[in-house]
Amino acid sequence: MAAVLGKAAAVGRAWHPLRLGLLRRGCARVAVDDTVNGLSEEQRQLRQTMVKFCQEHLAPKAQEIDQENEFKGMQEFWKRLGELGVLGITTPVEYGGSGMGYLDHVLVMEEISRVSAAVGLSYGAHSNLCINQLVRNGNEAQKEKYLPKLINGEHIGALAMSEPNAGSDVVSMKLKADRKGDYFVLNGNKFWITNGPDADVVIVYAKTDLSAVPASQGITAFIVEKGMPGFSTAQKLDKLGMRGSNTCELIFEDCKIPAENILGQLSKGVYVLMSGLDLERLVLSGGPLGIMQAVLDHAFPYLHVREAFGQKIGHFQLMQGKMADMYTRLMACRQYVYNVAKACDRGHFNAKDCAGVILYSAECATQVALDGIQCLGGNGYINDYPMGRFLRDAKLYEIGAGTSEVRRLVIGRAFNATFN
Amino acid sequence: MAALRALVGVKRVIDYAVKVRVRPGGGVVTDGVKHSMNPFCEIALEEAVRLRERRLLQEIVVVSCGPPQCQETIRTALAMGADRGLHVEIPAPEYESLGPFQVAKILAALAKKEGVSLVLLGKQAIDDDCNQTGQMTAALLDWPQGTFASALTLEGQQLTVEREVDGGLESIRLRLPAVVTADLRLNEPRYATLPNIMKAKKKKIEVLKASDLGVDLSSRVAMQRVEEPPQRQAGVKVETVDDLVGKLKEGGLI
Repeated sequence: MAAVLGKAAAVGRAWHPLRLGLLRRGCARVAVDDTVNGLSEEQRQLRQTMVKFCQEHLAPKAQEIDQENEFKGMQEFWKRLGELGVLGITTPVEYGGSGMGYLDHVLVMEEISRVSAAVGLSYGAHSNLCINQLVRNGNEAQKEKYLPKLINGEHIGALAMSEPNAGSDVVSMKLKADRKGDYFVLNGNKFWITNGPDADVVIVYAKTDLSAVPASQGITAFIVEKGMPGFSTAQKLDKLGMRGSNTCELIFEDCKIPAENILGQLSKGVYVLMSGLDLERLVLSGGPLGIMQAVLDHAFPYLHVREAFGQKIGHFQLMQGKMADMYTRLMACRQYVYNVAKACDRGHFNAKDCAGVILYSAECATQVALDGIQCLGGNGYINDYPMGRFLRDAKLYEIGAGTSEVRRLVIGRAFNATFN
Repeated sequence: MAALRALVGVKRVIDYAVKVRVRPGGGVVTDGVKHSMNPFCEIALEEAVRLRERRLLQEIVVVSCGPPQCQETIRTALAMGADRGLHVEIPAPEYESLGPFQVAKILAALAKKEGVSLVLLGKQAIDDDCNQTGQMTAALLDWPQGTFASALTLEGQQLTVEREVDGGLESIRLRLPAVVTADLRLNEPRYATLPNIMKAKKKKIEVLKASDLGVDLSSRVAMQRVEEPPQRQAGVKVETVDDLVGKLKEGGLI
């Protein structure tokens, strides 16, 4: 028995990742101290895998994804994420997932976002908004039907909540679902849907009872597949940031959805929605963390290359102050996010803190991205450097997955409730 | 088929993406610096894992020599597919002077102790770039060696190693037991996937001392002094070819 291993060296060899890596030696990234971050050995390994994977498969494309507003090769990349076991990261092993926790999920979200926040956002929408909602609310048949291909990356997932006139006030949604025998007929539309143009499976919230009081009691969640008659997507949106994470409008025109595709219970969709939102806010907080780390990765080494008045600008006290402020903002956010994630992994879900982590980390990310641009001065303001991208991407997290205003409302109301 | 085992060396080195800082008085700054597995060791390990996947190997034992942090590198190797780990713990002062010869002695002793038929190593480490450990290990064991492997075929006890040489490809045949060192294009190593990281948690790492193996770690090399390279003097621009020729003649270069 013989086995030929390895490839014969051919003329015109392709560049090996290691070669590229060796060439890149010198563009240092700012070290992440996971001892301070309190990660387990396995979580450190996970970060290491993600850093390496993203450097090799995503970093070379990140700037182009932003410029072109398109991620060519997304399907291929998704399959690779599937092989790594990070798409179904919070899915139990019996459904083909990795059976890990929310802190692990945050770490993956952070490391993808560190390289391309747009791809990180698409990953969050797929792995948390779609997959984790199916895991938490799906029945056995639904899990068996939809999870395997979402977990191996063959399918792309999304979740549709907002409408043109229902953003923060989400329960005022108007997408209507009328029962017709074994089917529901959906009419209306959804807006700003992450992964919308690419999605094979979308979780859609619709009104099965428009007259319900309060309005939240008439919402039902459905699983919609690409290609279902009457379901279509409108053109891709041209966004300020998160470019290449495709976003679009979903259109439902007499779209027939089988009743068996109800996720959770009829007219109980608001529970699916609200409980999912807590975890969505937590997991997506990895996005701002990754963006802040990316800003540090690019700004700090620059401060030790650029010279003014005969010295490296990093040796001026004003720049030292900037480094300190940017770093402490990131680290404070990181500890808050990781700690809330750990609490969720222990089964303690606190809506106030899930809103808190994304409120604070999103606003810090915008500030840190602004500081990063300032560190690079004129170079920070041109698109030869990625600093502008970080800022545009960071701003999304103050709007998407709930605005900062709604997050403050959630936190404030939670305190008010304790005084009732 | 005979049940073959392989010993794979995995060295912990400063990560390739880190900008290395020189320490005044010799050496480089290692504290708080990101380390990872030497990329050539990753390639050697990947090859071993592929051999085992084709059932040509029964067990892969990985070894790393150095401070306690080497266990992180061993864990990575276990997550990539190695079966068990050996950590030869070497205290900091001795680790400073540890070179290819001492490591080769450890590897040779372990190869005998573990009864392996194949020692797979990276051709060199990206920190000291020595490129000696594989060769020395083969000499100490008196086994044949196939260095700079860019392809590897195992058939029974016969091993064919393809090597990239200046004139093209050279194929050599070795009989097991043998030492093979991996070159860059032998394969593309896999990532430690999340499920495998979790499985690696259950795999064993045995901690040993060099003295347990009867290996003397004293160095045969004495460092006399360390000097920084001389500062390069600024050059001059010349206007014409005649000026250039004149300058070269002045300097006695032509």
